[in-house]
Amino acid sequence: MFGLANPDRFLRFTRPLTPVVWGLAVVLLAAGAWLAFAAPEDFRQGDTARIMFVHVPAASVGLMIYAALGVSSFFALVFRHPLADAAARAAALPGAAYTLLALATGSLWGRPMWGAWWVWGDARLMSELVLLLFYVGYMALRASIDDEAKAARAAAVLGLVGLINLPIVKFSVDWWNTLHQPASLLRAEGPSIAPGMLAPLLTMMAAYGLFFLAVWLTAIRTEIVRRRVLSIRARRALEA
Amino acid sequence: MIDLDMSPYAAFVWPAWAISAVVLAALAARALIAARRWSAELKRLETDRPAGA
Repeated sequence: MFGLANPDRFLRFTRPLTPVVWGLAVVLLAAGAWLAFAAPEDFRQGDTARIMFVHVPAASVGLMIYAALGVSSFFALVFRHPLADAAARAAALPGAAYTLLALATGSLWGRPMWGAWWVWGDARLMSELVLLLFYVGYMALRASIDDEAKAARAAAVLGLVGLINLPIVKFSVDWWNTLHQPASLLRAEGPSIAPGMLAPLLTMMAAYGLFFLAVWLTAIRTEIVRRRVLSIRARRALEA
Repeated sequence: MIDLDMSPYAAFVWPAWAISAVVLAALAARALIAARRWSAELKRLETDRPAGA
């Protein structure tokens, strides 16, 4: 596993793997979308429950992406490994996009079901918004410091601090009173979702997860190549 | 068979799916375009070595 932390080995290993992950992600997204519209209508929420198939995967994978960013930040900060820093940097934009999607689709689901686009003071909504702010803050911090090494260290510290928010997002529906429904997938008693809806939901979650993996692998590979380009340019500028 | 009649909630269901599709497509396009651009630049720098290098 640690052998892959070598950028050359990582590039060699992921070269044939990345197109396969892209292909699987696209196939699963298409299958998940088909299953989502073939699933039965919810007896209480009607067709609005079909928003769940894009909302829940975006929210749960968005949370996992931050965990990946945080762990990568830890390795970048402690071991100063450039690949870990590249991984953290490459996770930020897709993580922010997924979290933004979770908030936007949740709002579109909340309006017909709760009668409100947004509820200030709702623990799940607010902690998810804080997650988005951590992603945006991470990218803004990196962009605001010219020295890439300093930017990486500062962003890694912020990435680590943001890990505190993950259990708050996950357990907010249990710890506080909230309009948001409690966990219905990861429960001690098993999922509370009807089997007809569980299959499309799990397919879409796998699709969103693989799609992120495809974007992430591509972005890490690009980051390695970008750093090589910058290093060659700097060397030639010194030689000139 | 798939059910595409979302009434009376079509104004909420379709935008949610449309926004998701647009954002995922944008993420994919950005990642693939950047990959192609930086790979081309690396190739150009490697083939275009300065004299004596």
